[in-house]
Amino acid sequence: MSWPALYTQLVGANRHATSLGKIWLSVLFIFRVMVLVVAAESVWGDEQSDFTCNTLQPGCENVCYDQFFPVSHIRLWCLQLVFVSTPTLLVAMYVAYRNHRDKRKLLQVCALFYYDYGKVIVMTDKMMMYALYVVYDGFQMPRLVQCDQWPCPNLVDCFISRPTEKTIFTVFMATTSSICMVLNVAELVYLVIKAFTR
Amino acid sequence: MSWGALYAQLGGVNKHSTSLGKIWLSVLFIFRITILVLAAESVWGDEQSDFTCNTQQPGCKNVCYDHFFPVSHIRMWCLQLIFVSTPALLVAMHVAYRKRGDKRTMLASNGTEKMTDSTLWWTYTCSLFFRLIFEGGFMYALYFVYDGFQMPRLVKCEQWPCPNKVDCFISRPTEKTVFTIFMVASSAICMVLNVAELFYLIVKAAMRCMTRSSRRKHTYPDSVTRDNKKNEMLLSSSTDSSSNKTMC
Repeated sequence: MSWPALYTQLVGANRHATSLGKIWLSVLFIFRVMVLVVAAESVWGDEQSDFTCNTLQPGCENVCYDQFFPVSHIRLWCLQLVFVSTPTLLVAMYVAYRNHRDKRKLLQVCALFYYDYGKVIVMTDKMMMYALYVVYDGFQMPRLVQCDQWPCPNLVDCFISRPTEKTIFTVFMATTSSICMVLNVAELVYLVIKAFTR
Repeated sequence: MSWGALYAQLGGVNKHSTSLGKIWLSVLFIFRITILVLAAESVWGDEQSDFTCNTQQPGCKNVCYDHFFPVSHIRMWCLQLIFVSTPALLVAMHVAYRKRGDKRTMLASNGTEKMTDSTLWWTYTCSLFFRLIFEGGFMYALYFVYDGFQMPRLVKCEQWPCPNKVDCFISRPTEKTVFTIFMVASSAICMVLNVAELFYLIVKAAMRCMTRSSRRKHTYPDSVTRDNKKNEMLLSSSTDSSSNKTMC
């Protein structure tokens, strides 16, 4: 299972989606998954090897890196993108199950309603961004962190690798996540109004 | 999702492009994306590990590298290529949407609907504008951030915690300059192709307008039949799109 396999699954599921849903899928794969794979992973590639502390004490760098980066940005984004894609797959599975059982085309309203419900769960997208914001105290990556974990002697200066580039990509990913959320909310409102008018 | 998947998507878009659009796509994939993946990424691969400063002060190298390279060339080119490719995908989405809608209206109205593909023309033209804006914007950003397209051998760094002024040496500066100029030149060629395509579309649309307005002065009994034929041409996938793009 990899990003292209996930893409194949989601494109199939997207047949049941509205136009906004199709735009959401394009934004997701072009501006989030693709940027993550071709650019962001190489920016974070040397995050631990080039994390340098002003000390000769063995183990201090490891401990300080672990304290300031409990979960790497890249892993958080991978998890976020997988969780965000899951509701769409669940809805597709449900639609396939209903089609098989009823032996006729599922009412478009019901399918879209469940799709809509799935989209509500996609709000967890924002929870992951909030988690990133809380863990890293904002979206900006500092150049210097000061560490006093054992076995570091007293207070040690540690320097992060490529902080500006990381800040740029963090802000970019947060922005695209917000755009996805706006698309989800718009689609939700559209489906609710459509259902009520029917 | 990678460059191969993007290529598959854009290859589909190619059917709806003009000849200049097809040339643009080839230049994009052969001279920019392929060169980026096969060559440029290995040139910039050791940019931080082989960035060396004349100091033993821990952290000085990290800070100086960050100061002189806020965004790596490679990442800027990746983002530029993604943004430049996106408008073409919007055209593909519009065409798919139109094909679905046209099939329904053809069945409903027995083919008496008037063909209006001026929106498609506008979508394609807008996509060209956005491509130009993105290309120009990223090239300017690269020029502005790195103060030109040449990579120096030596940079002098005074950032804390470096003591006083420290000499830092960049890895492979000449090779990086060569590839930067190559990527900028291919980007400029792409911009020229976009401008030429835009000009071509506008001139062609203006000529069709003038031809049609002169023909409207004489009545044609078979105008409905001609419109139906144009509908069929739009629905067939092997149509040359240049004959479909019309403003009026």
